Amino acid sequence: MSSRDRSSVIGFFNEHFGLEERALTAALDTTLARQVDYADLFFEHTSEDAVVLEEGIVKSGDRHIEQGVGVRAVARERQGYAHSDEITVESLQGAAQTARAISQESGGVRALSATSGGSPDRDLYPVEQPPTEASVERKVALLGEIDSYARSLDSRVTQVMASCVTQYRQVMMVGSDGTLASDVRPLVRLNLQVIAEKPDGSRREVGSQGMGGRYDFDTLSQPEGWKKLVGEAVRIATLNLEAQPCPAGSMSVILGPGWPGILLHEAIGHGLEGDFNRKKTSAFSGRLGERVASEGVTVVDDGTLPARRGSINVDDEGTPSQRTVLIEDGILCGYLQDRLNADLMGMPRTGNGRRESYAHLPMPRMTNTFMLAGQESPEDVLRSVDQGIYAVSFGGGQVDITSGKFVFSANEAYRIENGRLGAPLVGATLIGNGPDVLTRVSRIGSDLELDPGVGTCGKDGQSVPVGVGLPTLRLDGLTVGGTQG
Amino acid sequence: MTALSGREVVAHALDAARLAGADAADAVLIEGDSTEVRVRGDAIDFVKQARGRTLGIRSLLAGKEGRSSAIASTSDLAAEAVERMARESVAVARATAPDPAAGLPEGGFAEDWEKLDLGLAHPEDRGVHVESRIQDAMDAESAARRMDDRIDNSEGSQASSGHSRITYGNSLGFLGGYESDSHSLFSEPVAHDDAGMQRDYWMTLGHSLAELENPAEVGRRAAERCLRRLGARPIPTCEVPVIFDPVTAPSLLRQLAGCVSGYAVYRKSSFLSESLGEPIASPLLTAVDDARRPGGLGSRPFDGEGQVTRRNVILEEGQLQSWLLDTYSARKLGLASTGNAIRSAGSPPSVGPSNLWFEPGKASLEEIISETPRGLLVTELIGMGFNPVTGDYSRGAAGLWIEGGEIQHPVEEITIAANFGDMLRDVDAVGSDLLWLGRVASPSLRVSRMTVAGAG
Repeated sequence: MSSRDRSSVIGFFNEHFGLEERALTAALDTTLARQVDYADLFFEHTSEDAVVLEEGIVKSGDRHIEQGVGVRAVARERQGYAHSDEITVESLQGAAQTARAISQESGGVRALSATSGGSPDRDLYPVEQPPTEASVERKVALLGEIDSYARSLDSRVTQVMASCVTQYRQVMMVGSDGTLASDVRPLVRLNLQVIAEKPDGSRREVGSQGMGGRYDFDTLSQPEGWKKLVGEAVRIATLNLEAQPCPAGSMSVILGPGWPGILLHEAIGHGLEGDFNRKKTSAFSGRLGERVASEGVTVVDDGTLPARRGSINVDDEGTPSQRTVLIEDGILCGYLQDRLNADLMGMPRTGNGRRESYAHLPMPRMTNTFMLAGQESPEDVLRSVDQGIYAVSFGGGQVDITSGKFVFSANEAYRIENGRLGAPLVGATLIGNGPDVLTRVSRIGSDLELDPGVGTCGKDGQSVPVGVGLPTLRLDGLTVGGTQG
Repeated sequence: MTALSGREVVAHALDAARLAGADAADAVLIEGDSTEVRVRGDAIDFVKQARGRTLGIRSLLAGKEGRSSAIASTSDLAAEAVERMARESVAVARATAPDPAAGLPEGGFAEDWEKLDLGLAHPEDRGVHVESRIQDAMDAESAARRMDDRIDNSEGSQASSGHSRITYGNSLGFLGGYESDSHSLFSEPVAHDDAGMQRDYWMTLGHSLAELENPAEVGRRAAERCLRRLGARPIPTCEVPVIFDPVTAPSLLRQLAGCVSGYAVYRKSSFLSESLGEPIASPLLTAVDDARRPGGLGSRPFDGEGQVTRRNVILEEGQLQSWLLDTYSARKLGLASTGNAIRSAGSPPSVGPSNLWFEPGKASLEEIISETPRGLLVTELIGMGFNPVTGDYSRGAAGLWIEGGEIQHPVEEITIAANFGDMLRDVDAVGSDLLWLGRVASPSLRVSRMTVAGAG
């Protein structure tokens, strides 16, 4: 983010809420007690709007303003947190007194004056116009075009539900060590669900797609982008009208490029978050330097990709985002850290301290997590399997960090017979064990793709936008949960 | 800080919407404060105190072909901010399409809400000290660790206490509010042995502290569930009866609730959308939604549109008796609201269960297990493998393998799959152990046949 923008965010909070630097330092001083190591303030102002279409019309729209401040005191692994949706000097002082309650004594260190900018001199997602300021009429018109286009593609389409959500979030982080950072985060998203029905009414299926990122509404409304999205949703819904029940059991699985990278997010990423590893409750605890994946497998988390949904200029503690190598050529080499866990583990901060809003404590979270491309053509990877399944698109997934077991569900999958794509399948669920699933990788395609910008990760009740990516990948001996034994 | 009461804020919002040009409006104000603590081992992990208020205003504009509507919400309750948001809601509403089914309810507003005592508010517990809740979490944590040497770690034990106030009003003259207190305690220990590491949890929740289970009991039950998972392994793919315990069975009822929601029905995005009045489930299954269950976690004197709440039988001995409806979805289907509108400040009304449960049967879980020659008891489900349009169901599971009517060993890294419609029909045992761990509750259920997939 440019220094001009940074000072404008700081100016924004000063102007709207009368928060001069003296008030900030005073709040930090109140928070800092003798047994408090660190204190910080997190200010947020978010505007968001959404329009939703169904049955061919936009029936409703909504618009929201959310603002507030969170005050945190940290003493070793203990954290005190108080937040308020009123941003005033009084509420700040009140919250500061509450946050320091984790410490028994008062008085001691004083806050450094907030001057040092932790923010890097870059903006990964500059926009000419905040997406929330594009007119609601344009958003309504876009959904109308999407609806007509979807219905024009296939007469079996019976329902189209589409939504357009835009968000503009301004945040400011002030720390007792002198940290002063800010970020301006635009976010847009189109979601589409199409229901197709056989002409005789005997079967209905659904196709869902989405796209988005940190860019403006003009970019989102470009027809080449959304037409592809609509085409995919209609294709999946109509394809699934002919889909067969999925086989069950252990088999070879080929994952298509892009969104199937959710495998990395569930199976690997969560288990490498610093908090679980500091507490030693992750199946990956204490395994740095060990082989956890086949040769050739390199996995990174990168918060610095321009305009991506999972990207951030700085994390929600003011640490600049970065590219962190988690697995290099099969060897586990890094964790994702926020400030507290990095400091307690004596490891570097990685810019992964994120939170849903001012009402939440930061935690180590992923940004954009993906596997680097290999050498093989995707066609060769597919041809290499005699019997198995090919999974291209997924719904959601979940992991048990402690046992390492993960699961995720395909919404577009095919049987593979003798190296060729066979019938489409419904209800394919993949399950596996995080610490060993990547040792089952036998072929890596050259076609790395990132997802279209739809990922949301939930942890401990907090949701944050994330991205994933994957090249075409062959895994052997994965358990597929279908109904056909 | 505003000096206005919740009802004054809502009344002001309705006036502001009218002044901004709305022909009809409603507004909801949600106010809450809470304290949350987490302890790991004998140390505090965090103490968190929160307070928040959000106001949502829905403006409706009348036209020849119906009403158009939009919502604006804000946490800034200053008079001018409320007026600005009211204008925003009208401006957005002008851009949306008229809809004949949109609009406020025509009648049916709750009249008895003021004298009704559903056991939601417990002012006597509002002064509870944070130290006392920290102690509860510590007691749960230490009880879990005392159970067994193999419990040597945890994700922590968490206690929370909160108080909220909901105020709803509309331009037809309804203006009501109610308060609700909530307290909970949750414990998640980690056990480990040579075979690996396992976690599990137990929890208790209620509107008053007196309704909570003893903290030591919470820790002990969490530890028990966790310990019995040690040594879990996959099993080979097979087709067997599957028993859901009262922790996992409510997920089936939540799925059913989604499939009988009026919105899924009129959109035909539910596999049950043409099945009203038909037998869709085993005669052993009766499902009831009752927003006036005393002390219920989902109880409310009126719903998100001010409608009187009531008891609705959704499923009676396997026959589908009623959808869950708000005003909009009811109009779309030519029916009347069932009082199941739920409302957040920032969204239009939608449909959700209040207190929803499967009526218990006679057998204990132990008896059901002993009558299962070979099968699986599911104690945890992960993943989102359910498609309400088709009923396709396939989820990750962990549990206990049953052979000869007895539990043999823990199982993990498996999936269970079937069609949800078949699962409902194939329920052949219902336990007596109905347990409230949320708004949706179920006793143990046995499904006579599912595909269990594993690598074993």
